Amino acid sequence: MTKEQPMTEPDKAILQARGLRKEYGRDEGLVRAVDDVDLDVIRGETLAIMGPSGCGKSTLLHLLGGLDRPTGGELWLDGKRIDQLSERGLAHLRRREIGFVFQAYHLMDELTARENVELPALLAGNSPRQARERAMEFLDQVGLADRSTHLPSALSGGQRQRVAIARALVNEPVVVLPDEPTGNLDSAATLEVLRLFDHLHAAGLTLVIVTHDERVAATADRIVSMRDGALVDETRLTGGGNLADLVTLER
Amino acid sequence: MQQEVVLAMLAKEPSQGYQLRARLNQALGPLGEAINAGQIYVTLSRLEKAGLVVREATDASIGPDRKVFDLTPAGQERVAEWLAEVTWPKPDLAEFHLKLITAAQAGLADPIALVDAQRRELLRRLRDVQQAEMAETDGSDAALLLEGIVLRLQADLRWLGACEANWTERMKNR
Repeated sequence: MTKEQPMTEPDKAILQARGLRKEYGRDEGLVRAVDDVDLDVIRGETLAIMGPSGCGKSTLLHLLGGLDRPTGGELWLDGKRIDQLSERGLAHLRRREIGFVFQAYHLMDELTARENVELPALLAGNSPRQARERAMEFLDQVGLADRSTHLPSALSGGQRQRVAIARALVNEPVVVLPDEPTGNLDSAATLEVLRLFDHLHAAGLTLVIVTHDERVAATADRIVSMRDGALVDETRLTGGGNLADLVTLER
Repeated sequence: MQQEVVLAMLAKEPSQGYQLRARLNQALGPLGEAINAGQIYVTLSRLEKAGLVVREATDASIGPDRKVFDLTPAGQERVAEWLAEVTWPKPDLAEFHLKLITAAQAGLADPIALVDAQRRELLRRLRDVQQAEMAETDGSDAALLLEGIVLRLQADLRWLGACEANWTERMKNR
């Protein structure tokens, strides 16, 4: 069964979900972790998905990135339907077209920063030399070229997360999906990561970020709120207020 | 312009009005953009009348209208008092809290919609402040102030989250 791609501005939507569902259990114990979600992610936008713990936002992200399979509904990435891919197809998708970033970095402790970034490039079929060059290029892009030989244990939290972001970028994915990327970071390290997202956004990258950190959400172009598995609200952020109105020196 | 701020800015060394303004701008960064030179001169002349500041003899070498201001002993004393004072702005949340309660009681508005509108405004402000913070060099005076405003807004947004959760429950039980 093949369906037409959903009719939205087709030149703009890079990732689309239609009636997406993920259910666990059955009968009385049925849990709808993701409940009939329609979502269009526009090429080049930064979208934040917010919501309380357990609302299903991480599950949704896992479905969008092919880490998990939906119970129903459709998913389209860059014009291709991806919800019915074989295991092999899914593995290929995760390797080449999706970049994941996790709260706890998920770096290999015994590998250097460069080797961590190199690994997915090797798995994608690059020669060792190409993989090494690409790894250095992306470490440079996240401002860590001078830390390439460090083990993760010798890096700060913010630096580890930047290595993880370089790793997510190394195969030039269509979309990057960070899941609570600042969840383990203090305020200064959060700012490091936000600066990096801002640069990547300016460079045209598409980001879908799951977060409960208001600071991350405030950098997004659009915020969708999730409750009990469903998307309930959408906010488009525009800036441009007068900063000086935010302090007062009068008394 | 708060008088004590201008007074304390003079404590470093006798200064001209434009120097005070430059120091304020350095400390406040983009948040100081609304301060104009006129405000500083108005405050200085008030301080002069109150005997806290003196206008020193004009130094001919720096031009006829360049007035150098300095603290009087009373001015120095006031600065010391001001530094020792413990004041802090009180969070003003009661008004919004009462808005939610009265809206729900009278059935005039949906409290959740009020929370949503407020959240959008705070996120918009957070976005602006954060953009300004990202543009600052790490460790600058202005970056530290912007960080404070970011953390404040974040706290307010968390409270709005609590308001939303609470009112969602209450409206369900109506």
